[in-house]
Amino acid sequence: MEHTLKKTSLYDACVKAGGKMVDFHGWLMPVQFEGIIAEHSAVRKNAGLFDVSHMGEVWFEGKDAHKFLQTLAANNFKNIPGAGAYSHMLNENGGVIDDLIAFCVTPEKFLVVINSATREKDVAWFKKQAVDFDVKVIDASDDFSMLALQGPNALNILEKLDPEIKKLPRFNIKSAQIFGEDIYITRTGYTGEDGVEILGGAQFINKLFSWCLANGFKPCGLGARDVLRFEAGYLLSGSDMDESRTPYEASFGWVVKMNKGVDFIGKAALLKQKEEGVKQKWQGFTLSGAIAREGALIFKDGKEIGRLTSATYSPLFKAICAGYAPADLAEGSEVEIEIRGRKVPAKSAKMPFYKIL
Amino acid sequence: MYNQENCKFSKTHEWAFIEGGSAAVGISDHAQHEISDIVFVELPKIGDKVEAGKRAAVIESVKSASDFYSPLSGEVIEVNNAVASDPSLVNKAPHGEGWIYKIKLSNPSEADSLLSFADYKAAL
Repeated sequence: MEHTLKKTSLYDACVKAGGKMVDFHGWLMPVQFEGIIAEHSAVRKNAGLFDVSHMGEVWFEGKDAHKFLQTLAANNFKNIPGAGAYSHMLNENGGVIDDLIAFCVTPEKFLVVINSATREKDVAWFKKQAVDFDVKVIDASDDFSMLALQGPNALNILEKLDPEIKKLPRFNIKSAQIFGEDIYITRTGYTGEDGVEILGGAQFINKLFSWCLANGFKPCGLGARDVLRFEAGYLLSGSDMDESRTPYEASFGWVVKMNKGVDFIGKAALLKQKEEGVKQKWQGFTLSGAIAREGALIFKDGKEIGRLTSATYSPLFKAICAGYAPADLAEGSEVEIEIRGRKVPAKSAKMPFYKIL
Repeated sequence: MYNQENCKFSKTHEWAFIEGGSAAVGISDHAQHEISDIVFVELPKIGDKVEAGKRAAVIESVKSASDFYSPLSGEVIEVNNAVASDPSLVNKAPHGEGWIYKIKLSNPSEADSLLSFADYKAAL
């Protein structure tokens, strides 16, 4: 029921900008504005903005903040102010609870950005794991609104607000003043294009939203965001991986840093899996003559070998999809994907489909 | 081409333009707007028997696939290959170049249970 759905601070602004609002994991979010194709094109060729205020933000504060983060997630985080990294947070079996990006604001204060759908679960997990550390876990999700500003022209436009913005390295964070407010800028995104995400209070983000619309950014919805992230080969937490899949199975083994000198949660299970090898892994496929959708079954020589976890029409690559299939399936292998009861020929493809960063 | 005032509509947003014993069918302007960017149309084949209320085609946008339920029963006598090669025609002209297929009606009286444009519009 609509009245139980949460709204971000940009809800009214999104509606006014023509956003078609839908229920996204309990949030009323814009699925599109003008249309997915126009929005996709704006981000690939110019500049697009996304309301991502539904995402969760959590502070890790205290002497052990860095140590805690190193234990909690598989990647190697630096405790150098500004540095940030993408990682997977694992359970004891190596299964992915969620993916996250963590930034060092000071050596004793880290900002962790998590997915909205898993926010409660993630925060409960943080708190459970934090008991043995000198660290406070503070869910600040309600204090922050967030805009993702993405595309080859995004930083050119934003230079008007922050002349230093292009100096921010990829995956780094900095505090800055815009419109006289103290805010955070991170050089991150979920589109495969260069850009930033800006975090601030509700009023500030509304002001920034208006400024961006007036300065050439096209408002974009979750539909375009999903196509862009999938073209760029980024996982969708809860669909492309969950607690039943490890980073190795998700073809994201690079987030696992075995030699960082910390026994992170899930490490033992991953060491074992690394030795034994994975049976299935997340991999891409292309097809023509039909568009596959999430959940479709994958066949090889008449035998079911897997299931799609992401699938879409792509303005750049037409019908693209990915799912879990045998790890030894060679690139270019011919398979079939079942669409409305009909088996459509498809080909195993190299991922990511789109890579410029 | 198939002026909406002269079409009959199903509750599932398909239209039929009836001429003699045959009809052209397509989706309503409201439906194309709701589906948004149409990127793929799966057409029936000439000679296929389609049934009123049963799936006869599929209209796909970037993120979703929508079933097209034939508004009337009959045998497919022509399909619009233009929408197969340029699906955006369905967005641009749902009552014109974006028609989907034509059928020879097997039960013309089914048209009585379809809505007039005025009734369809009122029900939206």
